[in-house]
Amino acid sequence: MDKKKRRLISRTIILLLLGAALVFALYTNFTKDKNDSLGKGSDAPNFVLTDMKGNEHKLSDYKGKGVFLNFWGTYCKPCEYEMPYMEHQYQNYKDQGVEVLAVNVGESDYAVDNFITKHDLTFPVMIDQGREVENAYRVDILPVTFLIDKEGKVIDIITGALTEESIQKHMERIKP
Amino acid sequence: MKEVKCDCGHVNPFGTKICGKCGMDLGSEQENKLIDMRYEGSARRSQTYRKTVIDKIWNFFSSVKVGVTLIVIALVASAIGTILPQEMYIPSTVTPAEHYESEYGWFGKVYYELGFHNLYSSWWYLLIIGMLGISLLVASIDRFFPLYRSLKKQGVIRHDGFMKRQRIYGVTKLDEQDIDLDKVKTELKRQRYHIREEKGHILAEKNRFSRWGPYVNHIGLIIFLIGALLRSVPGMYIDKVVWLREGERKEIPGTNGEYYLKNNEFTLEVYDKGNKEDQQYTAAIDKTGTIAKTYQSDVTLYERKGEAIPGEKVGLEKVKDYKIKVNEPLKHDHYALYQVDYKLDELSTMSFNLINKKTNEKFGGVKIDLNDPKKNYQLNKGYSVDLISYFPDFEFDEKGEPRTISKIPNNPAFIFKMHTPDKPEGEVSFVAIKETAEPLGENTYKMAFNGVETQDVTALTVRKDLTLWILFTGGIIFMVGVVQGSYWNHRRIWIKRKQDEIVMAGHTNKNWHGIKRDIKKAIESTSLSEPKDQLEEEKSSTKGEALNG
Repeated sequence: MDKKKRRLISRTIILLLLGAALVFALYTNFTKDKNDSLGKGSDAPNFVLTDMKGNEHKLSDYKGKGVFLNFWGTYCKPCEYEMPYMEHQYQNYKDQGVEVLAVNVGESDYAVDNFITKHDLTFPVMIDQGREVENAYRVDILPVTFLIDKEGKVIDIITGALTEESIQKHMERIKP
Repeated sequence: MKEVKCDCGHVNPFGTKICGKCGMDLGSEQENKLIDMRYEGSARRSQTYRKTVIDKIWNFFSSVKVGVTLIVIALVASAIGTILPQEMYIPSTVTPAEHYESEYGWFGKVYYELGFHNLYSSWWYLLIIGMLGISLLVASIDRFFPLYRSLKKQGVIRHDGFMKRQRIYGVTKLDEQDIDLDKVKTELKRQRYHIREEKGHILAEKNRFSRWGPYVNHIGLIIFLIGALLRSVPGMYIDKVVWLREGERKEIPGTNGEYYLKNNEFTLEVYDKGNKEDQQYTAAIDKTGTIAKTYQSDVTLYERKGEAIPGEKVGLEKVKDYKIKVNEPLKHDHYALYQVDYKLDELSTMSFNLINKKTNEKFGGVKIDLNDPKKNYQLNKGYSVDLISYFPDFEFDEKGEPRTISKIPNNPAFIFKMHTPDKPEGEVSFVAIKETAEPLGENTYKMAFNGVETQDVTALTVRKDLTLWILFTGGIIFMVGVVQGSYWNHRRIWIKRKQDEIVMAGHTNKNWHGIKRDIKKAIESTSLSEPKDQLEEEKSSTKGEALNG
């Protein structure tokens, strides 16, 4: 009977190991797509960029505040569409602890400055010249907005143009 | 669940069909003429124990039927997955649901609904493959160990019944003269048989290791499967593309900012009829036009010094210069950069002269960096130009307003305001390639086109694959198993000496012709009669009956 017990134990161990390997394989594969973009609930990668007025913005300095992080380009129509709404809601929420950071995807100063003037933007606009922040956030389609809460976690990622109403809703979510 | 004691005194596990030592038939249910030698008649564990849940699961995976079913399912599913393109290959402009239905009709819709559009990473496909792996391993364990043990324990003297029911079997009656088995032994030894002797009885055996071939093969397969599954583990596998203009330096995507690459120059070389070396290709060039000789990117690799967060100015240290060509990637630290695409002559600067339209008099020129234009350009004293708008990739939108569709200067257009001493408020001019307009009335001055500069852009694939050596190892072990199992045969010959006869029997796992030849050679110089192939005899006798009847 001792022999049978040993066999049962060894079988259990082998099956558990194989089962664990299978679960692991399924899990990593299931989360693979998310690894390719940033997952909800993960820590927002830190970055530092200088805005068009010459002020440096480091994401980690905004701990305790909500950050509305928007990636955009001047050539992207939906980006242009949502800009005035972002500006408007920025005015409402900047005193309630929500920061708007608009990161341009590596265009020229000329194009970005013109765009800021055209739309009277007052929130910090910065150019990701080396595309490093874009890589860190795995930006693919524009526009994309990362909602970062006061703990520095990405709580949601929204691609596509936003309406004023939805911007307000999202600001409410990251308000500390 | 009792163990079975054979007449010879050997104790066999429950479920054994043939005694491990003497070969006596313990199964007793079969009345076939020939004995079933599979796994030496040893007890496959799966068939004997059915008690706990673990045992039941074990038995499920140990079953060959289950294994074959899994293989068939995997094969059929894999084949169906190739009927329509997978999701990653369809255009991303519409949702997959719309695409499959509009493109392939009801079949596409069903295909999409059932999840075949993303088959190879679907949970159930992976589950099937994973279960196949488990089945492979469990079935091998379940068969290898009993087989190994019974081959190790096998006795020299076999039961008469065992001998009689071997496919190769023969009896030589001893009348007066005795037969010298030493000659047979020597000859078998010469044929590389291992000889074991007990009380004048002989067991000659060779190439037992070929029996392990299938198990070695399975181990290789399992390693291969593990390697394939590891691809989805972060950091094991990277496949990205980077576009670099000449003179541009960028972070290499997928390296987490650890490496940067600068494109110094891109060269596309074609075969040239005028060139002496290339004259042998004249006919081919005439037929097809231009033929590319090399695609080459001269690059410099940099490594980041210290930690830096994205966007921060980083200290870079040059690692090396390299010329990347097709099939000659730049390799460094498990990363490889392959030449994959290019774009020749992308516009980089455009030059204009400010001239008086009537007199053609020049008042200075500007050179505009198309990737970094300025707001204002100073010309000769008193003359300047403001760049009011710039559209790198210009087109008119549906309202008839100029806009840019990308940031790449494929089709640049400008709106200039020219300030001159006689027109200090400035004149507005719209300038695009082969197109000028004066939207605010007739101008005195114009920006006359004065040439362009271009640069080439290279595209490189960034590849990292740490699973490759695992796949390779698995593949090699797989092949070793195949070779081991198929190029050698496990052959055994039993010779039993009885009072007035000598009984001979032979068994091999494949290639019966080979063992017959071995036996024939071994007994050539003796008066032993050659054993018969009982299976062939049976066949010919039934054939004969059929003919007669």
